[in-house]
Amino acid sequence: MAKRYLLGNEAIAHACIEAGVDFASGYPGTPSSEVIDTLRAQREREFYIEWSVNEKVAYENALAASWCGLRSIVTMKHVGLNVAADPLLTSAYTGVEGGFVVLSADDPFAHSSQNEQDTRRYAHFAQVPCMNPSSVQEAHDMMCDAFALSEQVGLPVIFRPTTRICHSKGDIDLGEVNGEHRTGVFVKDPRQYVVIPAHTRVLHKILNEKQPMVRKAVMDLGYNTAEVRGGTAVVASGIAASYVEEVIPENVSFMKIGCFPIDGDWMQAFVQQHSVVLVIEEGAPIIEERLRQLACGVEVHGQMNGAVPKEGEFSPATVADAMTKAGILPCSPFERSAPAAGLPPRPPILCAGCAHRAMFYAIKRVFPDGIFPSDIGCYTLGLQLGTVDTTICMGASVTIGSGIAHAGETHPVVATIGDSTFLHTGIQGLLNAVYNGADMTLVILDNRITAMTGHQPNPCTGETVMGEPSVPISLEGICRACGASFVETVDPYDLTATLETLKAAKVADGAKVIIAKQACVIAARRSGIRRGRYVIDPEACTACGACLRFGCPAIGRDAGDRATIDELCSGCGVCADICPSGAIAKEGRK
Amino acid sequence: MSSFDVLIVGIGGQGTILASNIIGEACLVEGTPVRGVETHGMAQRGGSVESHVRIGGIHGPLIPPGGADLILALDLLEAVRYRHYLKAGGSIVANDRTVVPTPVYTQKLPMPGRGELLGSLEGTDLHLVAADALAADAGNPIVQNVVMLGAASSLLPLKEASLKEAVARSVPAKTLDLNLKAFDLGRNAVKPE
Repeated sequence: MAKRYLLGNEAIAHACIEAGVDFASGYPGTPSSEVIDTLRAQREREFYIEWSVNEKVAYENALAASWCGLRSIVTMKHVGLNVAADPLLTSAYTGVEGGFVVLSADDPFAHSSQNEQDTRRYAHFAQVPCMNPSSVQEAHDMMCDAFALSEQVGLPVIFRPTTRICHSKGDIDLGEVNGEHRTGVFVKDPRQYVVIPAHTRVLHKILNEKQPMVRKAVMDLGYNTAEVRGGTAVVASGIAASYVEEVIPENVSFMKIGCFPIDGDWMQAFVQQHSVVLVIEEGAPIIEERLRQLACGVEVHGQMNGAVPKEGEFSPATVADAMTKAGILPCSPFERSAPAAGLPPRPPILCAGCAHRAMFYAIKRVFPDGIFPSDIGCYTLGLQLGTVDTTICMGASVTIGSGIAHAGETHPVVATIGDSTFLHTGIQGLLNAVYNGADMTLVILDNRITAMTGHQPNPCTGETVMGEPSVPISLEGICRACGASFVETVDPYDLTATLETLKAAKVADGAKVIIAKQACVIAARRSGIRRGRYVIDPEACTACGACLRFGCPAIGRDAGDRATIDELCSGCGVCADICPSGAIAKEGRK
Repeated sequence: MSSFDVLIVGIGGQGTILASNIIGEACLVEGTPVRGVETHGMAQRGGSVESHVRIGGIHGPLIPPGGADLILALDLLEAVRYRHYLKAGGSIVANDRTVVPTPVYTQKLPMPGRGELLGSLEGTDLHLVAADALAADAGNPIVQNVVMLGAASSLLPLKEASLKEAVARSVPAKTLDLNLKAFDLGRNAVKPE
């Protein structure tokens, strides 16, 4: 046993190697990404790891490994499980051989997400177990047990950490790395693995008949605990349980739900010993719905009567407020203090020298009245530049674009999507748009890497998760194979050529593709590329503000309203092309 | 047991995570339990970031507003933005410099001056540190975060030796001397009353 100060996702990754994981796949997504990032960087245990092109692909790869008897894990963020929902629901029917863990990290408050959906709903939907850790240590311990639980019940096990687990840190007790290795062997069994109607009807019955055994196996793990200490009780789950532990009075009973499904008899016996029960859980009221079915006249407080917020993430203060509303605490121990008003915001922003900014600038110049569907990635920050009009989910820039184009809208449609997102779920949309003759332009913002989630390689990068060289995919080839005839590649740092290509796309018919290819500026710097800074000639600067409107964080203003460029400049040079007075030039050049 | 809660705030890229890691490692050195949480992902792109560290913490990682014993601010504007997290009688150790947020230029928003920012921090035990100058003295502007940690160190319930051991565990070996120098320069710049 060793004690280390670890990030939640690092502790979860270490638990995987303690449990003897043989196969790991995933698609990056905050807050889940560091699990695979940690697994690929560790040297304690060798096994197969891949970043897959999307969550469905990742899920099916890991499921197949499990069918071959390997302990396997697939990781994703909560919305990724929507993409993988198809194999999830039916793999509960087929069952698994080697332990199979589906890590789906939820993001209450949508720190870095497009919604606040609760993965536990999927566990209920698929009738598979779900582990919901309340601390980093518990996340580690649960992950150690998750593979064996999966083997015991023969089902995928969903592991649902939230942002405040994944990105929490603590002093964590680790165990020994498992040295046992397995080699996958696929044993043919069509009645299990071929879900034709005759087989699947039987498999559905087996899944239903398993449920009492599943409930018992989950209870036996000991992560669901209850202590009767008084006439009122709090029931909590996930990180919210740790906030409850911080503020709960000694004479109030406490039930903690770490694993699902809940044993109804056990919960009912607890509830019946109290006059008032408060349920505190981030996300959907899953425990509360079950508990209300069992309450039989006991006064229940939770999301459904407004005692607990239905949205966002909680804090010790939220929990104390809920306990006060339910009459469990006389008043909150936390003082109310409001943040200072009127401060300029400091939102996340595209980096100095980011090629996305250059491309958005060019798009806006050529299509001042355009409609701009966009997608999920750093470039969603193009919202600040007025060039992001829609985002729904991965890959939807193309399809929302073609839908708008077919709806009769006469303004030009210019959709933007990143390289990784295009490979994730954008290709089908392009194929469909070209085939059905949508009049639109798709700009693929190709920075050669999955940047926002921490620079994971993708098939454009030319290397695998383990850093081994692989053949980089040709985006031009894919787009042409989808049927597009207008496929042009530009360097967004070359503003003149980029503007010309956009103008050509504007007058062409059908679905056009422009690939804006330039390495992510952070990745470029890490690989040693130095372009040299640009500077402003204060004599030539007319303080017109054109460069400031470009929105680069390296560009500021001096006391005389003239522009300045600071040390953040990475030398993309686009501002020099924008400046109408020719006042910006590379340092050392006139 | 109540924890000593430190909120580290700054701008993505300034090294708030390293500063919080060093405190966490120092807790390991002393065998003190610790909880923390930090901003990852999209918010790191030049945005406002916060790291919570609860020295002696055994429950959740989040510091409630009004609960921080100490705010360590790598940017003066961010100190003001998070001031409501400070407990009555708490201390602020702040970099005496602010980076103007880009929206001030793109959206023509008013930017409070230094005097206004300091006015908003009145009533706190405020320690201002010229982190850029001290980091330059240490040898590299990149170590401003460790200068600031050093500046806060005498206000933390952790031994200087534990923090220095934690610095050694947390930075690349070839930058250790630079970082220790930065730590000392910061530590000497703030003297608790």
